[in-house]
Amino acid sequence: MIKAEQKPIDEILKYLNPYNKILLSGCGACVTVCHAGGEKEVELLASGLRMARQKIGKKIEVLEVTPARQCEPEFALELSETIEKVEAVLSISCGVGVQTLVRHFPKIPIFPGVNTSFLGETITHGVWEERCQACGNCILEKTGGICPISRCAKQLLNGPCGGSSKGKCEIKKEADCAWQLIYDRLKTLNQLYKLEEIIPAKRWGVESRDSGLRRIVREDLKV
Amino acid sequence: MKAGSNLEKVLEKRLFAVTGELGPPKGNDVSVIKRKAELLKGYVDAVNVTDNQTAIVRMSSIATSSLLIQLGLEPVMQMTTRDRNRIAIQSDIFGATALGIKNMLCLTGDHHTFGNQVDAKNVHDLDSIQLIDCVRTMRDQGRLLGGEEKIEGEINIFIGAAANPFADPFEFRVIRLGKKVAAGVNFIQTQCIYDMNRFKEWMRMVRDRGLHEKCHILGGVTPLKSGGMARYMAKNVSGIIIPDEIIDRVVKAKKPAEEGIKICVEQIQELREIEGVHGVHIMAIEWEQMVSKITEMAGLLPRPKIE
Repeated sequence: MIKAEQKPIDEILKYLNPYNKILLSGCGACVTVCHAGGEKEVELLASGLRMARQKIGKKIEVLEVTPARQCEPEFALELSETIEKVEAVLSISCGVGVQTLVRHFPKIPIFPGVNTSFLGETITHGVWEERCQACGNCILEKTGGICPISRCAKQLLNGPCGGSSKGKCEIKKEADCAWQLIYDRLKTLNQLYKLEEIIPAKRWGVESRDSGLRRIVREDLKV
Repeated sequence: MKAGSNLEKVLEKRLFAVTGELGPPKGNDVSVIKRKAELLKGYVDAVNVTDNQTAIVRMSSIATSSLLIQLGLEPVMQMTTRDRNRIAIQSDIFGATALGIKNMLCLTGDHHTFGNQVDAKNVHDLDSIQLIDCVRTMRDQGRLLGGEEKIEGEINIFIGAAANPFADPFEFRVIRLGKKVAAGVNFIQTQCIYDMNRFKEWMRMVRDRGLHEKCHILGGVTPLKSGGMARYMAKNVSGIIIPDEIIDRVVKAKKPAEEGIKICVEQIQELREIEGVHGVHIMAIEWEQMVSKITEMAGLLPRPKIE
């Protein structure tokens, strides 16, 4: 799922400085799971903003809402009536959710309250790690189900660099070397032969973000 | 002959090759290059020119290599995939060969967060193995990566790459070398060798796969200057192993620098005895003045002159 972290409150306060009545919108999906933008975080942040503004004698009214999935139009549109009552929106959904609101509510300023970090998984309570970069052409079949594009600091496709030591990456000592993991996994599966194959240069410019805006069109689903 | 470089000729004649290393200046001061070049001239068959090593901004390896040719030395131009996509890589290879550069070392490069431009966007469009394949395609097929368009002119390059027997997973190291050979590498320079037992074990695995007959392997050595340097490298540099007995020898020596040179010479002599090792790559980092002494003490002089 998408992982995010709340922006520093001082940065958020700067965005909201000109406004006295806002809507704070969370999201019930990914950012709820990573405790960055769910209903609970909406409540906490709203209180924080009210107190901070009260302290400087510039009260702010904060309406709160947490649609089930802010990135889906039908849920985003639930905000229509409330949005008419405020001067600006602070969204602590991911960057996708922010842009869904922007698309549907073109006349009102909408600010991000979180930094969208990565596509990742929960390692343990309170710890999340990156697992996918949405490169557009999955190679997990070749690498034992472990992604070197998101997990190797150099995105190496043909094995570990000279900085892999005792299972760790030299860039971040707390990070496992992706290629050590791949090696161990393929060894367990008796598939070390897969490592002999040269993975050719990736088609970044055709399949990934480097090709410009990506779009999926499914004719069978269009109405 | 792939490129007809001096290094290639020495290796093809089965003479024990010697390469050195020169780090370009952190600016455009050519006198730095001239000074280092003088210290290496006549003592090595070719000189590696590093490509912004440890991600510190320096004069480009292409420009420095070209200056070395003017000074009468043969460069091994290092090129990393860290800073260039495949457009820049192939364009730079056109330029480098036009300037007379005949040896190239294909590297991934140190991660940019080690250097002085930590906010940079790293590239890694290709990895080092894909870079080897790219250069070989340009040289042997006369066309660009993934394209049918013919290159105007001929790309004659003796293709090198690195290998690190001291990084992990150890068993993968020889597989990775095999991939570099399959991609078309002609010579290999290894990471600094201090743990001779591990190196010999790696070479045994290399020979088991017959890789020593498909590429020339040059063992990498770096003389230790002091006990502090030995301890620092052993502790802090991933992918370098320095056994305690070597650290102890330098630490306890009355003249640590002299001991470091002595160890280096012993290592070279040991490397010469290993089947499949065809030369030595001396990385005397900011200690280039010692290369003449090391090569003399190791009996590597005079260097052959091949027409």
